[in-house]
Amino acid sequence: MTSLIGWRDQCFQILFVVAAAPLLAGWLQTVRALLQNRRSAGILQPYRDLFRLFHKETLIPEQSSWLFQFSPYVMFGAKIMAVAIVPIIANGLPLASAADVIALVGLLAVARIFQVLAAMDTGTAFGSYGAHREMLISALAEPALLAALFTASLLARSTSLVQIVHLSQIQLFSIHPSMVFAAIAFGFVLLVENARIPVDNPATHLELTMIHEAMVLEYSGRHLALLEWAAQLKLFLYMTIGFALFLPWGIAAKPSLTSLVIAAGLVLVKLFFAVVVLALIETLLAKKRLFRVPEFAITGFLFGVIGLLSHFMLGS
Amino acid sequence: MNSGDCLLWVLYASLLALLPTVLVAIPALPIRWKRSLGFLLTVAFCLLLIVVGIHALASPALHASIPGPLTDLAWQFTLDPLSGFFLLVLGSVGFAASLHAIGYFYHGSQSKLKQVLLPYPVFVTAMVWVLLAANAYTFLVAWELMALSSTFLILVEGQDQRRQQAAYLYLLIAHIGALALFVAFALLSHGDLISNGNFQRMAQSPYSPVVANAVFGLTLLGFGAKLGLLPLHAWLPEAHPAAPSPVSALMSGAMLPVAVYGLLRIDWQILPAGAGWWGPLWLGLGLSSALFAVLYSALQTDMKRLLAYSSMENMGLILIALGLSRIFAEQALWSLAALALVAGLFQVLNHAFFKSLLFLGSGSVLHATGTLEMSHLGGLIRSMPQTAFLVLIGIFALAGLPPLNGFASEWLLLQAFLLAPSLPSGMLRAILPLAAAGVVLVTAVAAFAIVKFYGIAFLGRARSAVAKQEAGIWERASMAFLALFCVLLGVFPGRVVDSLSHITALLLHGSQIAHQSALALTPISAQRASYLPGVFLLGIALSIAVVFVLVWWRFGRSLRRAPVWSCGFAADYSAQTQDSPTGFSQPLLRIFGVSLSTLRNRQGGRNTLPVQIPDPFWKGFYLPWGRVTLWIAEGISRLQHGRITSYLLYSFLTLIVLLVFFR
Repeated sequence: MTSLIGWRDQCFQILFVVAAAPLLAGWLQTVRALLQNRRSAGILQPYRDLFRLFHKETLIPEQSSWLFQFSPYVMFGAKIMAVAIVPIIANGLPLASAADVIALVGLLAVARIFQVLAAMDTGTAFGSYGAHREMLISALAEPALLAALFTASLLARSTSLVQIVHLSQIQLFSIHPSMVFAAIAFGFVLLVENARIPVDNPATHLELTMIHEAMVLEYSGRHLALLEWAAQLKLFLYMTIGFALFLPWGIAAKPSLTSLVIAAGLVLVKLFFAVVVLALIETLLAKKRLFRVPEFAITGFLFGVIGLLSHFMLGS
Repeated sequence: MNSGDCLLWVLYASLLALLPTVLVAIPALPIRWKRSLGFLLTVAFCLLLIVVGIHALASPALHASIPGPLTDLAWQFTLDPLSGFFLLVLGSVGFAASLHAIGYFYHGSQSKLKQVLLPYPVFVTAMVWVLLAANAYTFLVAWELMALSSTFLILVEGQDQRRQQAAYLYLLIAHIGALALFVAFALLSHGDLISNGNFQRMAQSPYSPVVANAVFGLTLLGFGAKLGLLPLHAWLPEAHPAAPSPVSALMSGAMLPVAVYGLLRIDWQILPAGAGWWGPLWLGLGLSSALFAVLYSALQTDMKRLLAYSSMENMGLILIALGLSRIFAEQALWSLAALALVAGLFQVLNHAFFKSLLFLGSGSVLHATGTLEMSHLGGLIRSMPQTAFLVLIGIFALAGLPPLNGFASEWLLLQAFLLAPSLPSGMLRAILPLAAAGVVLVTAVAAFAIVKFYGIAFLGRARSAVAKQEAGIWERASMAFLALFCVLLGVFPGRVVDSLSHITALLLHGSQIAHQSALALTPISAQRASYLPGVFLLGIALSIAVVFVLVWWRFGRSLRRAPVWSCGFAADYSAQTQDSPTGFSQPLLRIFGVSLSTLRNRQGGRNTLPVQIPDPFWKGFYLPWGRVTLWIAEGISRLQHGRITSYLLYSFLTLIVLLVFFR
């Protein structure tokens, strides 16, 4: 019976996140528009975009292979799997033991590599330079990400997200200095990995600067819709992984429907504020040159290192 | 047959496997027969190795002794779990490589086939003998045989200057290594290699710290030369591309692990307790080699050179795992040491499968297109779809993507690193997690390199070389075998870890990792960390299927192929607008500040500037050493100037010296 409830929570979490991810993107766009003195298209615009794209005809480049058509599904599927693993609104879900934080990073790498390969499959200049930029930047961001995650795992003596969340929920108000540094490092990685402004501009099609957009340039119709949705899911995921590591308050530990709903509401509240911060960062910072990005990623890594070292120096 | 004969059977079979060497010499036999029989014999022998290896992994050690050339000097052999594991690795790679070779040498001439089939079985058999050797004499003879036979194999594809240089360099470094090993064994046997040469006797005799350290250093030199550790790696990126692909696969997938075996056998089993700095030294050397190699692998433009540097990187990772295990073992944290050791051995196994798969795949590419230079290739996924699919599995495994095998060992290694706080105190506790971040950087850049490998050669549009046909059935079968095991080892990592428990028990005073269920990895406890690749694979497959069905059901309209858009620049788009391999890694080049040199070529009125990325160790290490050696040689050569009177004087002086000392 408990396992059935577990699976119900699992499905609830997946459906909730998949449905709410475009909302997150819409809210981000709205806040950015407000900050930049523009009129926003409304918080529901991403849903309308997805609806429109799904109904459009889907074109594929003449010389592309099966990899090009297959990749959007893999990217979306991998994100769903990741959503199933991370404690977003409930902890200890049935699929959570399938992967720990390291495997979660691996799972996101699966999605990334498919995207990169699909971009190279188009055989265009834009595809391949988007590909090598993406691989480069993620190669530099991955040590920073792992350093941040290691700090959390060393503290919890476990790499399982369930355990990390569980532990920090028990010691609710103890603040570890190492975790502060880890959180900063994670923030850097979040910006890098989600193609946010100091690294990449999600709203541009200016050829020389784009990374993520260069890779999805040849996609259209339902493929593009899936990719857009997957990117929104990725932002949602990174933010909620951050919550699970650093602000795990409110994630439902007990399996009851009301606690789930409360947890979902709390996640939305946290996201509400996190998005405001993100929009502020994106408005205040300018996009960096590509060759400044490594410095950015390495700064993130150094914060992660400081987190690790302070963990050992100050004791856990 | 009782199991005691197992070892003898392998030894007889290893002699029988040399039969192709005789076979090719028979002029009456048609070439087709020679080729099929020759390689199929090796295939059968490798199958036997797999069976024996699996059997030996869980069996007590067996010993055998065969009378040698002198009364005291016998050929002694042992089959224990450690050699069993490496036999298994060798058998798997040899099986696939030999199958592939049937297709690879299909169009070769009689004389070329002869050149291959003479040394090829000797190479395989020599490796088997190295793995089974139980005394220094047998080990050194087999080791030398392995080096010599592989040198000849490098020269099979042609004897142009580059290949000859590669073979010469390989031979030179192999012999420097062999010399170091010879001295190490002399020290281990207290100067009497013949009567004290047995490994078991060596393991039981005590050594002073000075001798132990000297042996450690010498074996690091000897096996490090074979592993391609910095700075003795220079032969690796030269020899691998020069050799035919099945041989490259064997060299990378089986011969490099043989050196790992040597390290484990001598520096671990014979010298169990060492100084505290041994582990950190291994770890540091491994990490610096891996970082150097992965960067240079990402910069290469030749498919096999890229893979060669990547092999060096993998060996670095394995040495990191062994060093970590040693660090834990030094503090008597046996179960943690077992975890790190298992991670290293698992990596050996994985490397054997995915790296030989990629080497064989590039062999098929060479066959189909006539080149391995990535700046000429592209779009092979359409002309060779099956090869492309199998190679894709290989690159996923190499890039460390779950749920394939490369990820499982990486995961275990990172878990072992995260247990560093269990160390009592000191610098290591804080440094080890940073080393783990270094490992992550290595694997991330490795993913960059291998995406470049696949993306440029197999995806996009053909640059200039076009594949004429799909790879032959033998080649595809061998690659399918390797790809299948890349998946199986990844999905059932628990089985692998369990079967390695006898090795950890052998090397770490009977300690081993807790029993794993087949589908899961929970090295310490389920709370600490768990990874269920089967569920993982099922979960992803299911979500992809659901998404696909839903999207197809709601919005499924037929796709239309159209010209690429490419931001409107598509009007005149030639295949040359795609990234060149050098262009792909240019940002990496710039960020890490690697120096490159260009050579101006004037060909038919056109200036071309091919970019070369010279190995910094050539200029900084090899050339100075070469100059010093030449200088010494010139000094010595002054003694020889051809006058008979001075030669008589030398003999006279020698005689007097001898008379003074040995009356």
